[in-house]
Amino acid sequence: MSRVTHLEKIIEEFGPHLHDAPYGGWRADRVIDRIVPTHCPYCAVQCGMNLLVEKNHVVGFEPRYDFPVNEGRLCPKGVTAYLQVHHPDRLLHPLIKRNGKFERATWDEALDLVVAKFKSLQSTHGKDSIGVYSGSSLTTEKTYLMGKFARAGLGTRYIDYNGRLCMVSAAAANNKAFGIDRAANPWDDIPLAEVLLIAGANCAETFPVLNKFLWQQRDNGGSWIIIDPRQTATARQGDLHLQLKPGTDVALANGILHVLLEEDLIDDSFIRTRTNGWEETKAIAAQYSPHVATQITGVPADKIIKAARLYGGAKTSMLLHARGIEHHSHGVNNVLSYINLVLATGSIGQPGRGYGTITGQGNGQGGREHGQKADQLPGQRSISNPEHRSHICKIWDLPENELPQAGVSVVEMFQKMRAGEIRGLLSVCNNVMVSLPDTNEVRRSLEGLDFYVCLDFFMSEGARYADVVLPGSTWSEDEGVTANSEGRVVKINKAADPPGEARADWWIIQEIAKRMGREKYFKFESPRALFDELRIASRGGNADYYGITWEKIEKQNGVFWPCPSEDHPGTPRLFEERFYHPDGKAKFHAVEYAPPQETPDEEFPLILTSGRVVYQYLSGNQTRRIGFLVEQCPEPYVEIHPETAMKLKVNDGERVKVVSRRGDGVFPALIVRTIRPDTIFIPYHWGEELAVNQLTNSVLDPISKIPEFKACAARIEKIYSRQLPILGEKRKGASRSEFR
Amino acid sequence: MEETMFIDPQRCIGCRACVAACRECGTHKGYSMIYVDYLDRSETTATMPTVCMHCSEPTCALVCPADAIKTTEDGIVLSALKPRCLDCRNCVNACPFGVPKYNTEMHLQMKCDMCFDRTSEGLKPMCASVCPTSAIAFGKYEDIVPLRRTKPVNAHVFGNQRVETKVYLMLPTEAAEVEVDGCGVFEGRVRTEQQPASESWIDLQVEQTDKSNEF
Repeated sequence: MSRVTHLEKIIEEFGPHLHDAPYGGWRADRVIDRIVPTHCPYCAVQCGMNLLVEKNHVVGFEPRYDFPVNEGRLCPKGVTAYLQVHHPDRLLHPLIKRNGKFERATWDEALDLVVAKFKSLQSTHGKDSIGVYSGSSLTTEKTYLMGKFARAGLGTRYIDYNGRLCMVSAAAANNKAFGIDRAANPWDDIPLAEVLLIAGANCAETFPVLNKFLWQQRDNGGSWIIIDPRQTATARQGDLHLQLKPGTDVALANGILHVLLEEDLIDDSFIRTRTNGWEETKAIAAQYSPHVATQITGVPADKIIKAARLYGGAKTSMLLHARGIEHHSHGVNNVLSYINLVLATGSIGQPGRGYGTITGQGNGQGGREHGQKADQLPGQRSISNPEHRSHICKIWDLPENELPQAGVSVVEMFQKMRAGEIRGLLSVCNNVMVSLPDTNEVRRSLEGLDFYVCLDFFMSEGARYADVVLPGSTWSEDEGVTANSEGRVVKINKAADPPGEARADWWIIQEIAKRMGREKYFKFESPRALFDELRIASRGGNADYYGITWEKIEKQNGVFWPCPSEDHPGTPRLFEERFYHPDGKAKFHAVEYAPPQETPDEEFPLILTSGRVVYQYLSGNQTRRIGFLVEQCPEPYVEIHPETAMKLKVNDGERVKVVSRRGDGVFPALIVRTIRPDTIFIPYHWGEELAVNQLTNSVLDPISKIPEFKACAARIEKIYSRQLPILGEKRKGASRSEFR
Repeated sequence: MEETMFIDPQRCIGCRACVAACRECGTHKGYSMIYVDYLDRSETTATMPTVCMHCSEPTCALVCPADAIKTTEDGIVLSALKPRCLDCRNCVNACPFGVPKYNTEMHLQMKCDMCFDRTSEGLKPMCASVCPTSAIAFGKYEDIVPLRRTKPVNAHVFGNQRVETKVYLMLPTEAAEVEVDGCGVFEGRVRTEQQPASESWIDLQVEQTDKSNEF
């Protein structure tokens, strides 16, 4: 059913087309009616920005100097974010696919079709035959609504969110080690740390404005230890770069812990009084001498020793990490092994001493707090815990037997779609054809569906497969809160109405629920009404929002959760006195190194790792339409070390075929000494034939269910010139399939 | 002291937020007048932002036959005045930093004016406002320099020409001046294989330079 048959027509109509000028063109004589203070729609720094509004049109931005996190700073995505609002590719009315072509429909037609299909599928195949796949670029109010919609509206157990591809390893490790899932310190603590240990985080490209704090720390005389297989801009600026083999983090962290032990750089009294599990961890670390760690990681032993001395010798230190260590089949273990270093040095819970996860999506933190995760209920509660279930059922006024049990992660949901267990899918705020691993399997999953409805404001590569596309709103067309990567809850403000017949996402979801006959549970008249219910639902949970109000957020420039009462100022720094396990202690986890599922062999001799560039945001559905950004990075490339390139007889700029066990793709070679000779790198923001995810391995971490995006075996094949694809200006930024 | 720009290439992460933001300045009409270049991508991820250095004796103004490039009282070298600009591109070719560009559509030289329209209202220039790492910083010498571990340098030697600038480069060395091509002899590089026999190499070079300096 859900197939793409008229791709060229879809692309012609819905893009991606490049657009690069504000509404009405570049003019100096604008009369700005309103300046709306809000935040950037992209990453989890959630920089403050002002939108300029002229006659209900967003026409530009102005730095928001008074927001303390970024003080006016933005990255190129943030600067150009407003260009998506009046983009010619915007979806302006509901679309129903008939004979492979999208046709304009009214809201009633489209919603009635969705509801009729859902009802008929559920009556034939059971409630769980519908899956819901949500996202974390939505405001927290909407993510709360999505969780409630799936459970109370559709009655299905199958809901998950795209943070599954992003934050779950860190979240799971946080919960295991600390009993709560949030960064331990506000970013104001970063400049106070003598040493920063930055693992698998290319902050320069993925969280540009976080570099403000990193450089303040540098100006204060601090130093950085960077752990990354590539010499990224962040690694280049660091004091010590440990260029490890992808996926060998546990060995490296254990090696560092070994040296900390040998040189007595650990904090015995902290370990004794505030932690559990040290003896087992100590025993494991003893096995990872720098010599052993070197063999596994490829990092010279003297650098491991130097890193341990620098980190262990510092009075204050912080650990920051991101997807580089998390996107692995041992992602949770990788994170735990670094957390062990924090706990062993006792460097946590004080100014300049602590730990920070770097969240990917704008609301990556808020999106995993209030119940759109497969196993979760609002307030970071567990759907398997009877007490938590009855608490939420009481608030929703839902009979407890109607609340479904835990579902499965998104990659497993797509397996169930291939198996015919899930027959219908509703996706909101994601682009499955770009961001899920193993694109070819994802396509088979979508094609096997009976009915696929997609809610978005641009026609994403995934939405092309949908039977019904519902036009939603951009961040500037609705209001609500997000939580940034440090746990600061901020408020997104509305600047203008959605264009055409596009509607606010929460209205659309609620309308489906009402037409499903579940009006009783969905009587929200505004995002504020949603927020008020969310506050009550989260009350008493780990992520307690009860004391947060929109007014307080405005007054304090954001409120850090937990905030249990209205007179509570919020909690910027966690763990000052106790951790969130019942005994108040943190837990060490003794973790052994295990290699990524695929290691290089004769057939596939290289390690392929994937990542991001600063000009594109996640699946690129928003940024691959903006001229400036596409000009800077029009297409994915493959980074190859000159030694490897020489062996393969590949020149810089030459198109090569990269092959893995799951698929292949053609990419231009970027020959750089900044990558390991045994590793190649491809950025992931593109779809169809330009997707690195045609190659990546969909094996999951057993705990967090995150796919292994960061390491698989691959080989490079030279293409002889006659087979080269035809290139042209018009191909810029578009998938090759778009210009066949 | 008056406010000026401080450029620290060490801090540049190559994100080009400055390039995108420069277009947004009301008077720039969507054109960016700041450049960020990789030094040598095959070896390193290092990048370098280039803004107008606002020379105390601007070469661009010195070579302008129409006296179209004016300097304000506080030392900001402005874009060419539209009624005066002759399209001759002397300034484009003469600037030792390679800053001014020629806008073929508007028949006008355009260059960074340190966001004159913003600074005159007490706002920071766009590039310095958005720069994530403060590789481009705007402020008073005494407010910025003491916070940094780098040395501000504003004297540059290009062969026989010594240029002092309003804008400072923040350098990690103890060098007092930046020297470029210290022997003072111009060594034109020629690409012989693409050069048609009938044309002189210098015409070709000028033509190529003109092209690369256009919007």
